[in-house]
Amino acid sequence: MSRVNRFLLPLGGFALLVLLLVVGLKQAPDKGIIVSPLVGKPAPALVLPTLMDPSVTIDAAQRYKGQWYLLNVWGTWCVECRYEHPALLELQKTAGIPILGMDWRDDEATAQQWLKELGNPYDQVVSDKEGRVALAWGVYGAPETYLINPEGVIVTKRVGSMTPAIWEKQFLPLMEQRK
Amino acid sequence: MIARRRRLVLVLGIVAGVAVAGGLALQAFRSNVTFFFDPTQVAAGEVKPGQRFRLGGMVKEGSLIRQAGELEVRFAVTDFKREVPVVYRNVLPDLFREGAGVVAHGRMQADGSFLADEVLAKHDEKYMPPEVARSLKKGETRSGM
Amino acid sequence: MTPEIGHYALVLALLLAAAQALFGLLGPVLAQQRYVQAVPFAVAGQFVFTVLAMACLVNAFVQMDFSVRYVAENANSALPLFFRVAAVWGAHEGSLLLWILVLSVWTVAVTLRSRALPQRFMARVLGIMGLLSVGFLIFTLATSNPFLRLDPAAPDGRDLNPVLQDFALAIHPPMLYTGYVGLSVAFAFACAAMIEGQLDQAWARWTRPWTTLAWAFLTAGIALGSWWAYYELGWGGFWFWDPVENASFMPWLVATALIHSLAVTDKRGLFKSWTLLLAITGFSLSLLGTFLVRSGVLVSVHSFAADPARGIFILAFLVIVIGGALTLYAWRAPLLRSNAGFELTSRESFLLFNNILLVIAAAVIFGGTMAPMISDALGQGALSVGPQYFNPSFLVPALPLLALVSVGMHASWKRGNLSRTQRPVLATLVLAVALALAVWLGAYGTGSLMLPVGLGLGVWIILSSLVDPIDRLRRGLSLSAGVLGMSVAHIGLGLLTLGIAVVQTASIERDSALVVGQRAQLGAYSFRFDGVEPAEGANFNATQAKVTVQRDGADVAVLQPQKRNYWVQRNAMTEAAIKTQWNQDLFVAMGEDVGKGAWSLRMQVRPLIQFVWFGAIIMMLGGIIAGLDRRYRQLKPIAEQEPNTVGIAAEARTA
Repeated sequence: MSRVNRFLLPLGGFALLVLLLVVGLKQAPDKGIIVSPLVGKPAPALVLPTLMDPSVTIDAAQRYKGQWYLLNVWGTWCVECRYEHPALLELQKTAGIPILGMDWRDDEATAQQWLKELGNPYDQVVSDKEGRVALAWGVYGAPETYLINPEGVIVTKRVGSMTPAIWEKQFLPLMEQRK
Repeated sequence: MIARRRRLVLVLGIVAGVAVAGGLALQAFRSNVTFFFDPTQVAAGEVKPGQRFRLGGMVKEGSLIRQAGELEVRFAVTDFKREVPVVYRNVLPDLFREGAGVVAHGRMQADGSFLADEVLAKHDEKYMPPEVARSLKKGETRSGM
Repeated sequence: MTPEIGHYALVLALLLAAAQALFGLLGPVLAQQRYVQAVPFAVAGQFVFTVLAMACLVNAFVQMDFSVRYVAENANSALPLFFRVAAVWGAHEGSLLLWILVLSVWTVAVTLRSRALPQRFMARVLGIMGLLSVGFLIFTLATSNPFLRLDPAAPDGRDLNPVLQDFALAIHPPMLYTGYVGLSVAFAFACAAMIEGQLDQAWARWTRPWTTLAWAFLTAGIALGSWWAYYELGWGGFWFWDPVENASFMPWLVATALIHSLAVTDKRGLFKSWTLLLAITGFSLSLLGTFLVRSGVLVSVHSFAADPARGIFILAFLVIVIGGALTLYAWRAPLLRSNAGFELTSRESFLLFNNILLVIAAAVIFGGTMAPMISDALGQGALSVGPQYFNPSFLVPALPLLALVSVGMHASWKRGNLSRTQRPVLATLVLAVALALAVWLGAYGTGSLMLPVGLGLGVWIILSSLVDPIDRLRRGLSLSAGVLGMSVAHIGLGLLTLGIAVVQTASIERDSALVVGQRAQLGAYSFRFDGVEPAEGANFNATQAKVTVQRDGADVAVLQPQKRNYWVQRNAMTEAAIKTQWNQDLFVAMGEDVGKGAWSLRMQVRPLIQFVWFGAIIMMLGGIIAGLDRRYRQLKPIAEQEPNTVGIAAEARTA
């Protein structure tokens, strides 16, 4: 081995390492991409008391029978949800379908205060204090948004903040396919 | 000349030392690396009998059983396709709960249950071990077939 | 307003860092003296604005400004003031800012301390450090800005992760980063020397104090992390071979090799290209650690939120910095020739063994850390590498390394004549073996052979480290800080070795479900569960257990571990109770209420575990003593000196 060759070895080793890191990076899980096993399946039951009046119970399947709707999972403890909120208010105006809010593992009074202060983008808000329904839906973390079609099947799901761009790219085309 | 021979001894010694260390490390590596399997893979018999491995998935809702006053717990780990019963005889981690992601280290027993000697829970709502996330994702694609 | 000031301060710091890099690197090339002279001003300016940015972020946390997203995500109004300050670096964005601040502090220190060195050379060193700063500042501003606003503001924050709500958060990251980033000084010196083409011993001599100090901080940082994990995270263990722990341990091993090889390059002009490579590798590994922790490529308890976008950025940065340095190396290193020879039993060859063994150790850990990724990349399935691999594989190089310390320390430079030093080496060996056997059989009596071996090695290292200082003091000779520091650091290594040997082999641990009044027996100690009661802290409430530990019927300790429930994040947190005695720790952590009035408890008796951290702190002290050796401070440009006759050469054992 010539002298020059020997001193090139570290560089070669490093190049191999970079290659490995690139592959590793590609496979690093992106939270947003995790597909729920429930996408493409009928939505699990969602029967919960409303946030405003716990004596009133809402059954999502009945209330939204034969129409598209969004399910948005949020909580006042979730900073990302606060970040997402303006986008939901925007969607309320532009999307043309109702948004069902699910307040997840939260304190009702704080949640009501939150909606009073930031505005209420939801058609209805239910409270999942124990997190049982969220489990059934496979909620991974808040915020999370599901699109459900008129047949009650979950069409797609967004883990993380909703944005107008996501709505247009990921959600809207799925609704238009059907038309 | 003597200096030259000494140098040769030195180099040979180093090469031998490095070789021995490398060999031993490789040996330790071969016999002590644990692989990850999800319940579907376990059900498909991909795990060799007696092999130590990591089992990952979600703790099945309502599957946690403990005899009152006993340390031993039993629960099922599921990937929404198949499930594996798990036995654990140590203190459970703080964040362990039904419906949460979990990774258990241990072996399959003759009765078809998994005897865990270590259980790791997911860290919080925002964290899930990537293997678990991936196996859940895989479960989705498989069920789509 | 202050968050915006912080944001702008960061932008200005970036501009000044860019100026520092440009002037520093181009000035010498274009022979522009004015450029060269401007570099220290850029350094000072960058420091001022980095401090300002940090002050703004601290202020946002202290004032609980929840209109700042980073604050809202990592603090809460119920969080005590002390943790609010520490929370600044409790997550990705703020810790990156801390990284930048620490780099800036090192740069200022180098600028102030190296005024006697050739201006051109120093301009290049500072230019390279400026380049590193530019990379990290762009990274922060582009992907991880801690000053971003949340509109509308959150009424209250999400709170700091309870695991991090501990005194150690205040000191562990700053210490560790000081060590990590301190390695950039050796890196910058090496690169500057390569660019300059001046690859004699000079750069090695100038680098030594910086490397030794960085090593000392890294040692302390790792030890603090291990101590923290012990009482907070780890259910009683002190080292888990977690990828992030490994990411800090690999640069430490290489830095240890580097401070030893720098000694040879400085005094004897040998191993020149090897030393260069180590200087590059040490800092590269600390950058690689940053990548692994922050990109989500590897998973561990320490990982920050995974974000591949950040990963891509750091990877590009790695390629530029490390790739550039290694290219420089491939170009310049072939010019180096060593002409001095040495004999097989000379100090040089022992230091060579030291280096080889340390690098093997680092490689073994590197392999184990990267294996899961390699297996993933090759589609071989997800595998995990745990202590079952690391422990035995690490021992393979570690045992001969420890066995050679005593002999190597007493060997002379160049000559292979061991006869003069045979006596103290053999005498301390005999004493160590006797002591180790006595302690083994007398106190522990476990079957594992590792206990007497480790104990013996540890004691041998301690005793033989004492020989030289005592001998010099008796004969009324002066003891240089360099020699003293080396002895102290090796004594620390000895303490660490015997601590690990004992705690790994003679610990007793047991998980049990106990009802009130029931006991569990661990060796000579009986743990009695006395029930639970509610307790409350500043931002949590807790269930607190009482466990009385007895030996021979007499009370030894009352331990009160807690199961805490933090109000904001609602996570359960186990707070272990530990009674520390000089020779052992008694440890209890609570599991849960298992019904019928019983609680699951984890109980441990860990002998000599405090020696692990105590030893590491002594090592750090040794590093600081050696790093502050007065002879390093009176450095003059090498051109004015006769090689090998002045300065630290006196440290050589030529007497």
